[in-house]
Amino acid sequence: MADGIEGKAPSFMLGSVAKLVGALRAGSTWPVTMGLACCAIEMMAAGTARFDLSRFGMEVFRASPRQADLMIVSGRLSHKMAPVVRRVYDQMADPKWVLSMGACACTGGVFNNYAIVQGCDHVVPVDIYLPGCPPRPEMLIHAILELHQQIKAEPLGPDRAKVARAVEQAALNALAPGETARPVQLNGAPV
Amino acid sequence: MTAQPIAPAPDTDFDDAAFVAAAGGDWSDVADEIVRLKEERVAINMGPQHPSTHGVLRLILELDGETVTETRVGIGYLHSGIEKTMEFRTWTQGTALTTRMDYVASMCNELTYVLAVEKLLGLTDEIPERAVTIRVLIAELTRVASHLIAVGTGGNELGGTTLMTVGFREREEILRFFEMVTGQRMNNAYMRIGGVSQDLPPDALAFLRGAYPRILRGVGDLEDLLMKNPIYRGRLVGNAYLDLTGCIALGITGPMLRATGLPFDVRRAIPYCGYETFEFDVITETTSDAWGRFMVRMREIRESMRIVAQCIERLEGTPGPVMVADGHVAWPSQLSIGPDGQGQSPEHVREVLSGSMESLIHHFKLVTEGFRVPAGQVFVQTEHPKGTQGVHAVSDGGTHPYRLHVREASFNNLQATAALCDGGTVSDVIIGLASIDPVLGGVDR
Repeated sequence: MADGIEGKAPSFMLGSVAKLVGALRAGSTWPVTMGLACCAIEMMAAGTARFDLSRFGMEVFRASPRQADLMIVSGRLSHKMAPVVRRVYDQMADPKWVLSMGACACTGGVFNNYAIVQGCDHVVPVDIYLPGCPPRPEMLIHAILELHQQIKAEPLGPDRAKVARAVEQAALNALAPGETARPVQLNGAPV
Repeated sequence: MTAQPIAPAPDTDFDDAAFVAAAGGDWSDVADEIVRLKEERVAINMGPQHPSTHGVLRLILELDGETVTETRVGIGYLHSGIEKTMEFRTWTQGTALTTRMDYVASMCNELTYVLAVEKLLGLTDEIPERAVTIRVLIAELTRVASHLIAVGTGGNELGGTTLMTVGFREREEILRFFEMVTGQRMNNAYMRIGGVSQDLPPDALAFLRGAYPRILRGVGDLEDLLMKNPIYRGRLVGNAYLDLTGCIALGITGPMLRATGLPFDVRRAIPYCGYETFEFDVITETTSDAWGRFMVRMREIRESMRIVAQCIERLEGTPGPVMVADGHVAWPSQLSIGPDGQGQSPEHVREVLSGSMESLIHHFKLVTEGFRVPAGQVFVQTEHPKGTQGVHAVSDGGTHPYRLHVREASFNNLQATAALCDGGTVSDVIIGLASIDPVLGGVDR
């Protein structure tokens, strides 16, 4: 993550550059076509004339994950589909974000059964959750605009790596119900 | 880098095989090998996240150059265990799951399901007339919305984004009506066993009367874009051919079957919901190709709009309840819009709580446990936008289905993929698939 020129710059210099980069990134988020079920129809509707996602510079849904930086997981995610979603996510270039659209993608929704992954955050790291069954196109646009705010405020370079590491560590330390302590360490480093 | 001599094969067993060293090689040997084998086959994988496979369908294509020699269909990427989950939910809750099967034509799925359960209950003739007419109205509007998506996304997959935007624009008019009536744009769960969940709001029919000419004008736009477009015509005419014999052998129904000239429509063949009293034509084409299928869909939209107009007239003259009178089945709720959104109307709650204790207990039992359905099994079929949809419901006398199976037309129609695509080019696979119009939520369930 700190491979580019931003890896060489000291933190204080990155502050103002990060603002500029954040604004540029937020203004050109290109989603990948990760339509799964009902929500995909609403996602398509969000791109058409009445809702017009192109007002926010993202009407072009990229079929290739290499050209996209936002994955909208729209709909129920079955166990058979889960590896495919993960592979598409892995193929996307950094920095990338995930929007979990709909009750099924967030929690499994009404499909509390053997077939559906109970929330796509079991498979990919989710940046923003959008509940609803299905959410209206306006709600999708709102969620994307909220995500834009997050992207704008995101740190850059080593700072971003630090934040990502802290988040991952927090997830590892999260306690399951009934657990009192969890001695898991990221990459064997002391907590 | 200079060409290296081909390294000797390490094992003499492979003497006959072509062997090219990674360091380089004589490409004339490779070319000779292809000439010797007289074939050049490539297997490519299309989907399950390909944007032109109508969702999460996976196609495994074997190509000889640009020609598809073999098509295999991989399904199950959207399997949601709906039929199994329904066995653990009450009969009433079943509509909320059926609506999510073929999510493009939600309320047609619900209709088949409630008709099946009502047949098990022996209630078929007791459904109030207004409820039946509302069901027909809603089912036909759903058909229009589904066909608009079929034609629109089909056009989009061929590169005509305008077809999609026009199709979705007109669908929005219908969705506005649905939202007004059911409270949801999609996944409505509007049909209830014994009727519909609530009556039409007072201004709904006036709204639909206003939207009616707009929808027809949009359909006209779509027809102009579709029928008068020489590129579209050139791609579709004579493509993805499947004749009547093939359709019957594969169990194909719906617009695909009618495009071969057979006027089979469950609404006419085995009428339900009083379709025999409506005036409409069963649309057929005789070309048996992708063009014929799209034409059937476009012309069916107009026929459905004819039925919608008749429903509006009937509903304006038919007041009355929208739920069966039998208190053992009728869902005891009345919704209204309060300051915090849609919910139970306060008057209804007051009425329930101020009535007798027995009535309150019955209300509680009906809502939490559900009603019992006599043991037995039925099979009911309706005309779904994709084809003939059937529900086979089995009851053991309990409050939940013992087993419920849905015959989704999309699933059966998808069997034709190989027949439509083999021997054509890769680009024609998209056309073949679009002309089937499968919805994977319905295929995989």
